[in-house]
Amino acid sequence: MMRYVPIALFLALAVLLFLGLGLDPKTVPSPLIDKPAPAFELPELREPGQMVRSEALRGKPYLLNVWGSWCVACQQEHPVLMQFAREHDLTLVGLNWKDDQETALRWLARFGDPYDQIAVDAEGGTAIDFGVYGAPESFLVDAEGVIRYKKIGPISPDDIKNDILPRLEAKP
Amino acid sequence: MTRPMLALLLFWFATGAQALDPMPFKDAAEEQRFQAITRELRCLVCQNQNIADSNAELAKDLRNEVFDMMRAGKSDAEINQFMTERYGDFVLYRPPMKGSTWLLWLGPFAVLFGGGLVVLRLLRRRRDSAEAQSPSASAAPAQQIDAAPNKAADPNEMIP
Repeated sequence: MMRYVPIALFLALAVLLFLGLGLDPKTVPSPLIDKPAPAFELPELREPGQMVRSEALRGKPYLLNVWGSWCVACQQEHPVLMQFAREHDLTLVGLNWKDDQETALRWLARFGDPYDQIAVDAEGGTAIDFGVYGAPESFLVDAEGVIRYKKIGPISPDDIKNDILPRLEAKP
Repeated sequence: MTRPMLALLLFWFATGAQALDPMPFKDAAEEQRFQAITRELRCLVCQNQNIADSNAELAKDLRNEVFDMMRAGKSDAEINQFMTERYGDFVLYRPPMKGSTWLLWLGPFAVLFGGGLVVLRLLRRRRDSAEAQSPSASAAPAQQIDAAPNKAADPNEMIP
C-alpha cells in the first residue's frame, strides 16, 4: 500500500498544477474591495467645463467603468453595458482612461453611449489610485462610496446577474 | 534558433531598450535608488517584467509616479505602501510574510527538507544493506538498485 505514496504525491501535485493552468494570472485580487473608493475630480468628457466628482456621486451606488477608445476589449464589452443601461437604472460612470477626447467622442457616437457621466483621466492618475492595470475594468461603488466589487476584463451578462445585481439588492 | 530569428530578437530587444525614456536624475545615487525601487515592482500588464524593464504604458506611468514620490521626499517604504494599497502584494516581487504568503516563502524549504530526509534514508538503507552483504561487495550494487524502489515505499518515508 505504502509503495503508492510517491505516485499519489506526484498525482496530487500534477492535479494541483493542472488546476493552476485554468486560473487566469491576469486576475489579480484588488486590495481595494470593501475600502472607500479613491476620491477624484475630473473633467466630464461630453460637457466641457463640467467636473465629475466622487463626492457628488455619494448617496447612490454606481458602476465605474474604465474604458478607452484604444481598448479592443472595451468594444467587445460595450453592447453588454448598453443593454445594462437600458434595463437597469444603476448610475453608470465612465472613466475615460488615457484617451484622446475627439477619438473618445467618435467612439461613443459609433458604438453608443450608456454612461450617465464620463470622467476624463487623460494622465491616468485616478486609474492608478483605483489600481487599474488594464481596460476594461469595472468597480461597483455603493451609496457610502465603498468599493464592493471589481471586475477585471469585459463585463459579461453573467457577471451582472451573479455579481452586480445581487450586491445592489442587498443594499436597502 | 535560426539566424533571422536571432537577428529579429536582437532587434526587438534593442528597440525595447531605447523605448524607456530616461528620467532627469540629479545624481547617480538618485538613479540607483530609482532603479532599486522599480526593479522590485511587478508590472501588472506584463507580469513577468518589473516596471523598470517594461515598455507598457502603465509601467511608464508608475515609473513617473515613483520618480515624483522620490522627489517629494517619500521613503522606499512609503512608495511600496502606495503601490500595495492600489495593486496588492502581488505588485511586490518580495511579498511580505503573512498568513496568505507563508506557504510561498516556506514551501520550497519544506519540500527541500522533505526531499533531503528521503535521500538521507535511502542512503542510510543502502549503506546498511551493503554492510550486511559484504564481503560479496562486488555483487551488491546491482541488487541494491533493484531493492531501492521497494524500500522507498516504507511508511516512515512519507514526505511531510
